[in-house]
Amino acid sequence: MSKPIVATTSLAGCFGCHMSILDIDERILDLFDLVEFNKSPIDDIKTFTKQCDIGIIEGGCCNSENVHVLKEFRKNCKILISLGECAIMGGLPALRNGIPVEECIREAYLEGPTVTLNKEGILPNDDELPMILDKVYPCHEIVKIDYFLPGCPPRADLIWNALVALLTGNEMDLPYEVVKFD
Amino acid sequence: MNSQLEKIIKKYDSDKFRLMDILIDIQAEFGFISKEATHDVAKELNMAVVDVEQTLTFYHFFTQKSTGKNTVYLNDSAVACMMGREEIKKAFEEAAGCKFGENSADGLIGLYNTACIGMNDQEPAAIINGKVFTKLTPAVAQQIVSGLKAGKNVQDLYHQELGDGKNAAAEVKSMVRNNIRRRGQVILNDFTPGVALKTKLSSMQPKDVIDEVKKSNIRGRGGAGFPTGLKWDFCSRSTGEKRYVLCNADEGEPGTFKDRVLLTERPEMLFEGMAIGGYAVGADQGILYLRYEYKYLETYLEKVLEDARKDNRLGKNIGGVNGFDFDIRIQFGAGAYVCGEETALIESGEGKRGEPRDKPPFPVEKGYLNMPTVINNVETFCAVVKIIENGGNWYKQMGTEESSGTKLLSISGDCAQPGVYEIEWGMTISQMLEMVGASNVQAVQVSGPSGQIIGPKDFDRKICYGDLATGGSMIVVDKTRDMLKDIVLNFMEFFIEESCGSCTTCRIVPKLMKDRLVKILNGKGVMKDIADLEDWAKILPVSRCGLGQTAANPIATSIKNFRELYEAKVQKDVDYDCGFDMNKAVQASCAFVDRVPNAH
Amino acid sequence: MSEIIKIVIDGKEIEATKGQTILQAAVNNGIYIPTLCAFDGIKPKASCRLCTVKVNGRAMTACTTPATEGMEIENNTAGINEIRKAIIEAIFVEGNHFCPSCEKSGNCELQALGYRFMMMVPRFPYSFPQRPIDATNPKLLLDTNRCILCLRCVRGLKDENGKSLFAIKHRGVHAEIVMDHEVCANISDEMAQKAMNTCPVGVIIKKEKGFDEAIGTRKFDKQPIGHEIENKFNQGGN
Repeated sequence: MSKPIVATTSLAGCFGCHMSILDIDERILDLFDLVEFNKSPIDDIKTFTKQCDIGIIEGGCCNSENVHVLKEFRKNCKILISLGECAIMGGLPALRNGIPVEECIREAYLEGPTVTLNKEGILPNDDELPMILDKVYPCHEIVKIDYFLPGCPPRADLIWNALVALLTGNEMDLPYEVVKFD
Repeated sequence: MNSQLEKIIKKYDSDKFRLMDILIDIQAEFGFISKEATHDVAKELNMAVVDVEQTLTFYHFFTQKSTGKNTVYLNDSAVACMMGREEIKKAFEEAAGCKFGENSADGLIGLYNTACIGMNDQEPAAIINGKVFTKLTPAVAQQIVSGLKAGKNVQDLYHQELGDGKNAAAEVKSMVRNNIRRRGQVILNDFTPGVALKTKLSSMQPKDVIDEVKKSNIRGRGGAGFPTGLKWDFCSRSTGEKRYVLCNADEGEPGTFKDRVLLTERPEMLFEGMAIGGYAVGADQGILYLRYEYKYLETYLEKVLEDARKDNRLGKNIGGVNGFDFDIRIQFGAGAYVCGEETALIESGEGKRGEPRDKPPFPVEKGYLNMPTVINNVETFCAVVKIIENGGNWYKQMGTEESSGTKLLSISGDCAQPGVYEIEWGMTISQMLEMVGASNVQAVQVSGPSGQIIGPKDFDRKICYGDLATGGSMIVVDKTRDMLKDIVLNFMEFFIEESCGSCTTCRIVPKLMKDRLVKILNGKGVMKDIADLEDWAKILPVSRCGLGQTAANPIATSIKNFRELYEAKVQKDVDYDCGFDMNKAVQASCAFVDRVPNAH
Repeated sequence: MSEIIKIVIDGKEIEATKGQTILQAAVNNGIYIPTLCAFDGIKPKASCRLCTVKVNGRAMTACTTPATEGMEIENNTAGINEIRKAIIEAIFVEGNHFCPSCEKSGNCELQALGYRFMMMVPRFPYSFPQRPIDATNPKLLLDTNRCILCLRCVRGLKDENGKSLFAIKHRGVHAEIVMDHEVCANISDEMAQKAMNTCPVGVIIKKEKGFDEAIGTRKFDKQPIGHEIENKFNQGGN
């Protein structure tokens, strides 16, 4: 039987969740025995080359490109996992959700204390750039997500236990210490 | 301090338990309650400023800024909308030059929404500078605004003759109509004030009164249906240095207006009933907690009270019974549906936020000012007078085995003859619909938003405690209506607006449910949304009071009885849709950076 | 002398003192009933509804209902716990609960309940409300983004004249906690600390202090909320 195929991505995240995947330490060798990676920063495959079994999403959606990638993942993966607070509830990027997006852009490009070079007051509006969403969306408020692994970052043991459970079809082991929101 | 303000605070002896009255008077005097006034009140009552604000910001009719020299409160309940509110709203906005929720630039007119004002049988209706305007039309709305702008007195702008009965009395002078369509044998039958008080009580001990009420089997007419005799018995047995009799005239359930009619046509009967209650439980003070929307009856009711005092139906040694002292004061609310809940009403009466109390203890043990208190609905007190006059056995012959006597129904919506009907318990919905001249009926909302919406398959059911219990609100919805939008959504918005916010359940979940309903109405729904709504509705019954416990009922009962309406609106071929709309989500940022959205 | 009565919680007969609430009786007997708005020394208000139990089949709040002889109480049942979990999730989506950036993370009772009830994601959509932060007081920060309106601060914190430090304004979905700037103007360090400790979440924060406990050493890092009650008699608990 061929190995299950895993894809991962980081949307509006900080890659901390990916770091936490690496934090499973030597078990990473077992992981490579158990699964094959497709599109993922771990192996640097940029586009899906085949249908995957598991897609792991870090980060929520703050712009149109995030939404596009997330929908690609939904199309190409049988199971989607929201990994970490940002994917689950927007996380720190969503701190801007209470502020109108116009104000955020104005602060970032025109009026913020660190804005010194933009004398002409240019705003990023090239068609090639992702468009900014009115707020940062949790992934499951855009596509269907099958599993949620909270944490900032999620503990390495939680990620490991979840993957093992998914791959073996066994019940997931959830000790108290591994489910945390920070 | 402003001398007017000082006078108001003095009038109530700087008593913080009278904070409601103080704030009501300040609002009336100055048009709003300023920061300075709030500070002064706090100082005089020895309270923290935030404690005054706590009460002040709870009530709809207290405002911290001016609501205009002339203020229009236009009812936005479901039936008002059914009767053409939208057109009236537009007409007011056009004429005033501002939107609802604002004052006109010159400050002359303020336009505001308000929850059901108890005029469902004569909608669209509004309260303008404290006067009720019914059966509004767009043209009338425009005339009113131009009249107000021209500085005319609001009463000179009446577009209809004065109403029937006491509505035309000098102390009322209102265009409101009673619309009494059916008089039963108890409350709307002939009535002579004082018969019970003066000819019956002298030969009855308080215990005899309670026994007679018990014998009648009457249950509370506000909706909850607790046996009145038992309540009075409990109260009379509780210990306390003082006892109170409170009348709940907060009639806030959308679609009910029968208490308004009783307050207009039977106030003598109501006060007599309260006095009988006082005699039975040993209370010498009564309080009529009256909703602010009925403030136009204040002068009239004060006169009725004064007449009763003169006639020895209130005061000392009432009806010649030695030691039977009882008097009544009127306590106004200030716009909060939840104050119809008896313990919230008590809190409000004590000058606080109208948040329901935890029970036990019940008001009969610790009620107003923590003293044993009887609280009953207007209709209950009225019925008691006839029970004492004619006996419990007489009363019990009417109605059904478990639901004795008569019930006043407030019937409105799609029917030829909306109004007040005194029926015997046990009438079926079909009979009721025939009685009011309703045809092409899609549904009947029984007992207001907190009740249930039922369809033809339930029209053979009976109006009584064992089956369709009701406080009296009946709204007929015909087949031309979009029930989910016109009724269910309106009611959910009502519950969200009127929640006191104390319970997490009632504060949070109805809003989530409403949003989900809107999603379905917008064509973004999926089958799972219906299942979610059914599940979420199960959270609310753990709320503290009746408002919270029933706040999901509009959705829960409409799914139960009209599931096909929901199923018709959800997407059949999609199993997951959270309603995300890329074009809408990027609209604001693209507009700001001057870019054409190119989402695909 | 206080009268001893017997009540039954989840089939287990326990002793209570007459006048105790169901919650007090349960705690004394090592039985955990989840709470959020209840706090030692403050009159209960039963606003969070988490301590809802079924008494002879009827939903009642354990923090306000007096225990009476022979009461049959259901507490730790699947049906009740499902409602409790839903309430916790509803509270999470109502406010802005960004645990990773909150000073109270690890010591927060709401978060701890999320852990105890294994909340992986709330069933409701997030509302991301716009809420004010009041940083004007020299000693206290009031971040209402995290407020759950338990009113522990409103009910429990009064100055020497009985005036409130905090109050609730508006109603329903518009309800919010505010500080009385006059009363709080010269608040002592002790009172500021008490205020922070009274708040179950991260709304009331004592200034110039924070993040001073390492992850792993905070109150709820290793043991679930309620374990101290369940382990009272060293019976192991769960």
